[in-house]
Amino acid sequence: MPDPPGEPIIRVRGLVNRFGAETVHDGLDLDVFRGEVLGVVGGSGSGKSVLLRTIVGLNRPVAGNVEVFGSNILTMSDDAQREIEKHWGVLFQDGALFSSLTVAQNIEVPLKEYYDMPLRLMDEIAAFKVGIVGLPDGTGEKYPSQLSGGMRKRAGLARALALDPEIVFLDEPTAGLDPIAAGEFDILIRDLRSSLGLTVFMVTHDLDSLFAICDRVAVLVDKKIRVGTLEQMLQDDHPWIHSYFHGPRGRAAVLSKTGQPEKEKMRAAVSV
Amino acid sequence: MASVVAASLVEKEEPGGFVLAAAGEWLVATAAELDRRLRAVQVPSGKRVTLDLTGIDRLDTAGAWLLLRTEHDLTTRGNAVEMRNLRPNFEPLIDQVRAAAIIAPARHPRPAYHTIAGFIARIGEVTLALIARAYSILGFFGVVSTTALRLALHPRRVGMTAIVAQMEQTGVNALPIVGLLTFLIGVVIAYQGADYLRFYGLESYTVQLTAASILRELGVLLTAIIIAGRSGSAFTAQIGTMRVNEEIDAMRTIGLDPVEVLVLPRVYALMLTLPMLTLFANFMGIFGGGLMAWGVLGISIPEFFTHLSTISHWSFWIGMIKSPFFAIIIASIGCYEGFQVAGSAESVGRLTTLSVVEAIFLVIVTDAGFSIFFSSLRI
Repeated sequence: MPDPPGEPIIRVRGLVNRFGAETVHDGLDLDVFRGEVLGVVGGSGSGKSVLLRTIVGLNRPVAGNVEVFGSNILTMSDDAQREIEKHWGVLFQDGALFSSLTVAQNIEVPLKEYYDMPLRLMDEIAAFKVGIVGLPDGTGEKYPSQLSGGMRKRAGLARALALDPEIVFLDEPTAGLDPIAAGEFDILIRDLRSSLGLTVFMVTHDLDSLFAICDRVAVLVDKKIRVGTLEQMLQDDHPWIHSYFHGPRGRAAVLSKTGQPEKEKMRAAVSV
Repeated sequence: MASVVAASLVEKEEPGGFVLAAAGEWLVATAAELDRRLRAVQVPSGKRVTLDLTGIDRLDTAGAWLLLRTEHDLTTRGNAVEMRNLRPNFEPLIDQVRAAAIIAPARHPRPAYHTIAGFIARIGEVTLALIARAYSILGFFGVVSTTALRLALHPRRVGMTAIVAQMEQTGVNALPIVGLLTFLIGVVIAYQGADYLRFYGLESYTVQLTAASILRELGVLLTAIIIAGRSGSAFTAQIGTMRVNEEIDAMRTIGLDPVEVLVLPRVYALMLTLPMLTLFANFMGIFGGGLMAWGVLGISIPEFFTHLSTISHWSFWIGMIKSPFFAIIIASIGCYEGFQVAGSAESVGRLTTLSVVEAIFLVIVTDAGFSIFFSSLRI
């Protein structure tokens, strides 16, 4: 599904989400461009996951348009939706692996659903996907309940990558991981992005992830979204954004990235 | 899927050796077809083989895997393999897959018992598991009993609010379903019974038949089975979900005894509500049978009570005596299976099913035991 360069691969316009009396998004606009890693941040309850679920069609908004690969997710036929689903992968918070299947069988589910492949080839594909996400040999035979939280996330990522998608959606990929595992996951995403040419839409709380791998940051504030490079965000004077990036943890993340005091390093943070 | 295969593979024999020219889109969508063709490639061993990748326009990990597998297979068959003219922008992808591709494909889980020996072994395993389970349930009964005894010394610690809440859920809310089902069973027994009794000219005994069978057995048994399905399963699911959420562990660290807080209120509540429900079920069943007798056999209300009064009052008490025992079984099994939940939410579903099956099984076994006991007392 080729787009002209510079065209957004995901385009959200005027999105309104409301649950009961609670308005979560009110006229939200967002563009995601091919090949970028977009980090989506925001306070608890600001609707980060709702935004992700809306884009992948799991949540129907009250108003607004969501276009992925140039076609409207909300009005398309089921067949067109299936065609699009082949080209994205979603990693849910705890992996959302099918608990009655082994890891290898989990990875084979989308292959089986969309392509008529010999079992042997599917097994081979599942095996190297297990390797690509950095899981040890033999993990394919295990059941999700036998894996640690970090391994489940990697296995979930392997399933999300089963069809070699163009976009991957990651819902808090590093939440609940220890700092070492979280750092390794960041590196994994960065490597996969550069070798597979992925576009990554990543909901995260993790400031280190933002600084390590995100090209742009989208901040959900006041039921809308503000998008920009890290440098722009560091200079934004919205109170929530300011305290997010300039609170003790934000400063620590900026410092650790560059080892320099905050002022100079802002420029450096962008080129990361 | 009969998609258009936009990828191709051409085999040529040249003076320098074999050339496999790959072209087009080597993607997951074309992988099945390419896989078939690659497996059909016949290259004698000991040749120079060149994989010419000039024509590859698009490549993903599945395509990269097929190239690498081909390279590997040909090499192990004693050929000298060289990849040529790969576009530089595909190199990171090939490297990524090459680094991952050492892993052997996972074996699929197989049903473990194919052979006769395996089948016999399975019977043995299941039997041992059953014995272990019975032992563990007995242990749980013991824990519940000792906790109940300990609590009897400190009656103030009994959670009255929890008991009343459970009584509402297991008792009041179950009234409609218990009433309707036993009413219908009363109708059915009276109707079927009258048919047979009429053959002997004894249709006026329909009232006795219906009342005796409902009071002694069916009222209490049906109620117990409905409550096992309705409340026993709920106990397992509630406690099981708390296990998954680590709520039980949280209780222990705060110093609350889960058996005291969760199990005893449910057991006490059910011991109180099941007899009451049984009473209600008996009433509704006999009401249904009486209605049938009046409508079909023309037995008047005074006649009905005359027939009813011939039934021994023991018939009523036998049903009522059994109900608190059934309540203990249902509540204990429900709670026990809830505590067996470990790890995933999947086991909540499995154990809920198991809890209902076990509770109904034990209720019926106990009922059979009571029948023998009461018949030896000749009542």
